[in-house]
Amino acid sequence: MFKFIVRRIIQTIPVLIGVSILVFSMMHLVPGNPAVIMAGESAPEETVEAIEERLGLNDPLPVQYFSFLGNALQGDLGESIRSGRDVTAEISARFWVTVELAIYSTILSIFMGLIAGIIAATKRNTSIDTGVMILALFSLSMPNFWLGLMLIQWFAIGIDLPAWVPFFESTGWFAPSGWGNLDQVLLPVITLGTGGAAVIARMTRSSMLDVLDQDYIRTARAKGVKEKVVVYQHALKNALIPVITVTGLQFGGLLGGTVLTETVFAINGLGRLIIDSILARDFPVVQGTILVVALLFVFVNMLVDITYQFVNKRIDLE
Amino acid sequence: MSEQIQTIDNPQTSIKPPNPRFQNAKNTFKKIRKSRNAVLGGLLILFFIIVSLVGPHLVPYDYDTQDVVNKLAPPSSEHWFGTDHFGRDIFSRIIHGMGITLGTGFAAVALGATVGVLFGIISGYYGGKIDTVIMRLMDILLAFPGILLALAIVSILGGSIINVIIAVAISSIPVFARIVRGSTLSVKKLEYIDAQKALGASDSRILFKHILPNVSSPIIVQATLSIAIAIISASGLSFLGLGAQPPSPEWGAMLSAGRNYLYSAPHVALFPGLAIVAVVLAFNVLGDGLRDALDPKMKD
Repeated sequence: MFKFIVRRIIQTIPVLIGVSILVFSMMHLVPGNPAVIMAGESAPEETVEAIEERLGLNDPLPVQYFSFLGNALQGDLGESIRSGRDVTAEISARFWVTVELAIYSTILSIFMGLIAGIIAATKRNTSIDTGVMILALFSLSMPNFWLGLMLIQWFAIGIDLPAWVPFFESTGWFAPSGWGNLDQVLLPVITLGTGGAAVIARMTRSSMLDVLDQDYIRTARAKGVKEKVVVYQHALKNALIPVITVTGLQFGGLLGGTVLTETVFAINGLGRLIIDSILARDFPVVQGTILVVALLFVFVNMLVDITYQFVNKRIDLE
Repeated sequence: MSEQIQTIDNPQTSIKPPNPRFQNAKNTFKKIRKSRNAVLGGLLILFFIIVSLVGPHLVPYDYDTQDVVNKLAPPSSEHWFGTDHFGRDIFSRIIHGMGITLGTGFAAVALGATVGVLFGIISGYYGGKIDTVIMRLMDILLAFPGILLALAIVSILGGSIINVIIAVAISSIPVFARIVRGSTLSVKKLEYIDAQKALGASDSRILFKHILPNVSSPIIVQATLSIAIAIISASGLSFLGLGAQPPSPEWGAMLSAGRNYLYSAPHVALFPGLAIVAVVLAFNVLGDGLRDALDPKMKD
């Protein structure tokens, strides 16, 4: 196990180097002079030169890369062109907002996905199964930014429903924007978590069905073990193994998805920082933020792989 | 090769054996036809394609016809889906935008799949250093989660629909490369590939005539599902203001405009979103059906 962990950590090093090269190249792949783009077309020459000087754009590329890498390793991601603040400071002010959003959404999607998947699998080929799977397919096909807008519409703004609609009188139950209080957190988390829940539900269902067909489950049933015990103790444990991998990948999808969710709900997180900086052509911030999110994803993937190895003892024996 | 074997095995040698390739396609089609999901999804997509081609000529308004008196009007018999903040007919705009949505999805996946398949098949067939280099490159691309890679690319290239297609295409490359590499690895061990080698077939002939057709099922399934993802990503980028620019009737851009009128005119954001859901759903249903029909082993 220890060997595996070490090997897995070593494996990420080339990926990390590749990511850093790609992120570094971003500014240099921009058509035209990045300093001119950042300063604005009509900016005086001195401003452009000042930016070139500040970012070291006149040095040879390898020199620039190694200074970028060296600084990044020391936690220095440069300065924002727009605000003049440290990129690291800009990122750390928003980092936890995005991580919280992604973690809450992941928890929600695991919770909803597992329940839906288990229900569908145990009620296989009934109308409940079909209903749950159709719902999952719908959730999978819904762009999360639209779902967010609709949730704001229904639960934050409220809509005038005709009197004959039973169920509820919709009013502003939740805040349409921001982050922190429960009434601000719930809608973005549902927005971001729904797609992941659908993926996990589908995975859980198919994985449960595979396991429920196995001999040892038949044996357990033949022995007269209660159905609940069969499903939750015998089957679920093994069915969860492939679900772990999907959940890890989902976390990555959620990290990317925060860009849209944060925009819809005006949450001051990393996603919105990326968009605002792209629109303002503030490349040091774009580079720094994308680098941090990618590193986070690589790290999470590594954790997932190690957990997978830990849970799936069958692989270990081989 | 297989034609010869069939001729020998067949006692009625006077009857010309059916063209195996045609037979293969026929069998595949039969399998697909049996899947209810595949047929349903396929018919829906066909319908959407026809609408995107014919619809713009049939709808009552052009996508930029403004009816200033009727700004933000709710749905009515005159404007089925209501009007937007310039008084433009939302129904007509959605029909005009269908082609953009489908075109973006198809183009991005065609581009991404071509490059990804090429990488995957070369990586799987040759192995060794080429394999290592290509697959590490794919790992690097996969390190950018979700829409982030497309976002990074658009931020380099600048916001436009063509750049969105390129960005979404690049971010779909690694999935195809990985799937095709895996399938190629298992197919290349089969005896008929050895036979081709012994007959002196060139590498490119083996790759594209003998391996590619045999790894096509997972490619087709993945391409269908990837179009669904590509449509969501592309409309997301336009929603963020980095894709199609106004007055384009692109659905993500329409949603973005509708965002500002959630209080006064909720229908402006409702209908473009429903349109996206409908099209993406059709591709997901088709993809699910194709997977069940062609590739029962592949699961989500």
